[in-house]
Amino acid sequence: MRMVRPENPPAAAARSSGAFPRGRARRRGIAIGWLFVLPALAMYTFFVLVPLLLSIQYSLFRWDGIGPMTWVGLKNYATVLQVPDLLGTILNAFKLVLFFSLVPVGLGLVVASLMHRVASGRLGAAARTVLFLPQVIPLVAAGIIWGWLLALPGLVNQVLRALGLGGITRAWLGEFGWALPAVGLIGIWVLLGFCTVLLATAMTNRDPGLYESARMDGAGWWREFLSITVPLLRHEVGVCLTVTVIAALAAFDIVYVSTAGGPGNSTAVPGIQIYILAFTEQRIGVASALAVLLMVLVLLVILPIQRLSRESAG
Amino acid sequence: MTVGRGEVVTGRALLVALMVLTLLPFVSIFTTALYPSGTLPRGLGWPAQPQWGNFVQAFTVANMTALLASSTFIVIAVVPAALVISTMAAFAIGLLRFPGSRALLFLFVFGLTLPFGGIIVPLYYLERAVRIYNTRAAIVLPLIGLYMPFAVFWMRAHFVNLSPDISEAARLDGATTWELFWRIHFPLARAPVTSLGILMAVWTWNQFLLALVLVEDPTQRTMAGALGAFQGHYATDVPLLCAGTILILLPTLVIFVLFQRQIITALLQGAVKG
Repeated sequence: MRMVRPENPPAAAARSSGAFPRGRARRRGIAIGWLFVLPALAMYTFFVLVPLLLSIQYSLFRWDGIGPMTWVGLKNYATVLQVPDLLGTILNAFKLVLFFSLVPVGLGLVVASLMHRVASGRLGAAARTVLFLPQVIPLVAAGIIWGWLLALPGLVNQVLRALGLGGITRAWLGEFGWALPAVGLIGIWVLLGFCTVLLATAMTNRDPGLYESARMDGAGWWREFLSITVPLLRHEVGVCLTVTVIAALAAFDIVYVSTAGGPGNSTAVPGIQIYILAFTEQRIGVASALAVLLMVLVLLVILPIQRLSRESAG
Repeated sequence: MTVGRGEVVTGRALLVALMVLTLLPFVSIFTTALYPSGTLPRGLGWPAQPQWGNFVQAFTVANMTALLASSTFIVIAVVPAALVISTMAAFAIGLLRFPGSRALLFLFVFGLTLPFGGIIVPLYYLERAVRIYNTRAAIVLPLIGLYMPFAVFWMRAHFVNLSPDISEAARLDGATTWELFWRIHFPLARAPVTSLGILMAVWTWNQFLLALVLVEDPTQRTMAGALGAFQGHYATDVPLLCAGTILILLPTLVIFVLFQRQIITALLQGAVKG
């Protein structure tokens, strides 16, 4: 609450600019502008920009968090890119993109167009609420819930057994080949509803005449989907991709509570590895190098998506 | 109706199936929570003797009263402050448009895609140095800073589309910039401010990483952070863990059901603008 009333009302003394000579009024205007931005800028600088620069600084040193720091240049970056377990976390993040982004966006498009065609009334409203639910609960809760569902006695195996597939039941989060797709499944559950509702809302807000005339022409679901829905929603697809790709690359909460990166390093993503390196192994330099790489990576992936969706929307 | 009858039925059936798949996990932890504490139940099934007492036990061991108070405190400390300072900044950048405001906007937008994990390590050492580590301020202050890129960007979209006429009229009446902001522009921005407030409240309540790293004491954490600690202690007692998870989810679910229209709209708009 302490920031609600800034100590110096920035413009308390500032009168309407007309009364002053141009140069002075201009300077005063600039000063007032800066004073208004100042509180936000100060918080942003101290708690985001300074740590960001510190991350870069730490990444160039060897440091255990307590003792003296030793300059090592770019060696920590070389370590991240050469040690398979560390590089593997970046590869895992990209594998998660398949589950967190491509499935929810692709499936979301299909479900949204389905909702638009066959469920405009109460069912549609109910579907919106229900599908959106996983998006508002903490990701930690999603991780805990699915940790139990995917456990050996959990619901997933119970259903498989009921379907006569008892042979493939396993502790999904505990096996090397299956843990990452299982984590991906949690991501799908969380993000599918978000993408679906976002795309469905966009469809309702667009020109309904477009769909009506297509239906008059007797266009089936698939025709309508390909020739109207997909091109029309390019911008929203870009939005969904942006949100979900960041969720995948920067994943932490779900992985931390469901597998903690295990078994072995098979589900470790950069966020988890940074945490382990910094707070259990005390290798601050390497942790920071991975952190800097993660931030650069997110920017490199997001910028082209943004550019594409902007262009097609404009 | 030009959509075929058969298609409507299959489509609706698919939709209902998807809704069931979304809800089933919640049903599963609910029935699991009713099995006797310490046993290993099945994924879905009704226990012979439902143990409603598990919820009472989870309420006590999870120290729910303290958790609710702590989370509420953090939300109240973060949201109004972040709303006011980001709206002030956006007002200056979007409406006053003084020399240098474009550069400032760029600086804020730069932080939009920043993963929290990228700065968590220096934040930890920074907070130890200024002695706010392991207090609620350790979560509150960085969150306000971390929300600034999105909040300023969001509010600027409102101010940049305003006609300058409103300000001119007030200026002629001799209002200072400070009065102009508080008497006219802040009240006028109520709709985007409300949406932004809902967004930041949900994000704060659900914040995990900052709570995990910067605060050791679960009763000083956010709800999500406390849930993480609870899982650490009761990972082996599945019914109790499920009961605790439901209790911790309950406030979120109630708020969501009550304000679902506003929350969904805010979260969707937030994504589209960001």
